[in-house]
Amino acid sequence: MIDAKSYAEIVKEATPKTQEARTLFAAFGIGGVICMIGQAVFDVYAQFLNADEKTVSALTGMTMIFFGALLTGVGVYDKIGYYAGAGSIVPITGFANSIVSPAMEFHNEGIVFGLMARMFGVAGPIIVSGVCSSVAVGIIYYIVGVAA
Amino acid sequence: MVWEILSRYGRVFLCGGLVCLVGQILINKTKMTSARILVTFLLAGVVLQAVGLFDAIKEFALAGVTIPIIGFGSTLAEGAIEGAKIGLFEACTYGLRAVAGGLTAAIVFGFVIALLFRSRSKTA
Repeated sequence: MIDAKSYAEIVKEATPKTQEARTLFAAFGIGGVICMIGQAVFDVYAQFLNADEKTVSALTGMTMIFFGALLTGVGVYDKIGYYAGAGSIVPITGFANSIVSPAMEFHNEGIVFGLMARMFGVAGPIIVSGVCSSVAVGIIYYIVGVAA
Repeated sequence: MVWEILSRYGRVFLCGGLVCLVGQILINKTKMTSARILVTFLLAGVVLQAVGLFDAIKEFALAGVTIPIIGFGSTLAEGAIEGAKIGLFEACTYGLRAVAGGLTAAIVFGFVIALLFRSRSKTA
């Protein structure tokens, strides 16, 4: 029997240093490329759509979410993620991936209690923490604004 | 002109890469799950926007900081701050309103694509 701590030490010893360096390099490179694609989408929309910056920004996010969802659907995103690690998790495409991936996996358990219910296993905490913190920020700004 | 585009996309690549690199360091050092990473970065975006630092970072980093989930958090906080100028109701609801497009896209595209495609590797 080995306890969790010594197991972690064994894993750490067995993990080659070069592998860790490679994960950092891949996360940096692929994360950077995904952001550049996002910037290109933004620039194209800004050029050809007669819309303000906020709308262009929102459309860019929606487009990237579509790409993330589609690439997850055809099985490409998880292959990228195998190498990219955080490089594919942190961009907004990773948010889409976190929704589609479990939804596909639990599709077999039915549309309502499988697909629809499991879509938010990872996205749920993100939405809850995001909305609650934005309400907190809004209330603080409101109180400060009223007091001032 | 060419130099301008190169510098623009170079900044996006470097900053976006850097954000993801920080995420990877967190994964390597703390074994954080992807859900925790995403929540941490989202909250970082909310805080950066709330203290007024985000716009300056965005001006330099462009999509390098708006495409990572930090941008999602900052948009939430930006909406809430804007709503707070109007009233208490708006202060509470404008955050979600600001990300309505992204959330709608995530839910609808997520649903439709999961409906059309099935997981290959995990279904036995």
